[in-house]
Amino acid sequence: MKFTFFIEGENFSKAGTASSEVKKILKQLNVDPKIIKRTVVSLYEAEVNVVAHAFEGNMNVEIFPDKIVVRIEDKGPGIPDIDKAMEKGFSTATPKVREMGFGAGMGLPNIKKNSDEMNISSKVNVGTKLEIVNYLK
Amino acid sequence: MKVQDIVDKLGLKVCSGATGLNRKIEGGYTSDLLSDVMGNADENQVWVTLQTHKNIMAIASLKELAAIILVKGYEPEADATEQSNLEGIPILSSEEETFELTGKLFELLKK
Repeated sequence: MKFTFFIEGENFSKAGTASSEVKKILKQLNVDPKIIKRTVVSLYEAEVNVVAHAFEGNMNVEIFPDKIVVRIEDKGPGIPDIDKAMEKGFSTATPKVREMGFGAGMGLPNIKKNSDEMNISSKVNVGTKLEIVNYLK
Repeated sequence: MKVQDIVDKLGLKVCSGATGLNRKIEGGYTSDLLSDVMGNADENQVWVTLQTHKNIMAIASLKELAAIILVKGYEPEADATEQSNLEGIPILSSEEETFELTGKLFELLKK
């Protein structure tokens, strides 16, 4: 099964919509609730990253019998130093975004903690590609 | 304990999502950082915060929280109210500050 969801940059009122749709699908497929919970945390964080930092992006979801593979690709400023971005507490979020309670530098660490595999690549001034794999068994 | 019980015992105002007042509460989490709540809260917990925007409902829904309590008399923004009614996850409001409210909630829930 394949699904694609569009993510709009800067539109916080829609942040979480794509993750919520994926959650519904996983529930319908009777995936283990523990795995759904982990997946939902990582997808929400990835979705918010696109909303907070990029112009736009897509969440491509592929569900196999044994795993869920999600690729989030955005057009945006990119990440100059991925190791730095992975550090807990490091953030480049704007003051406005921080006031909302986002931008605490917990997003990428949360994704890593809640995924079985995480791959990230980025080009400055082009965009970021993030792949999350969670095994369903 | 049900959401209605803490509404009664703590004198909370029900701002929205009244259809969810019979939801079961199994604990609480207090934080204003959304990623912290996303990463660390558990389902059926009640979340104490001062954030009032719509994204609190996205978190509450994804994490299947029992209810949200806003402190210091804060009220949810209109789109948060709408989402709360839609999902049946109550947003409640307390006149108290975070420290006092969390303390009382902890006392109630530890029993």
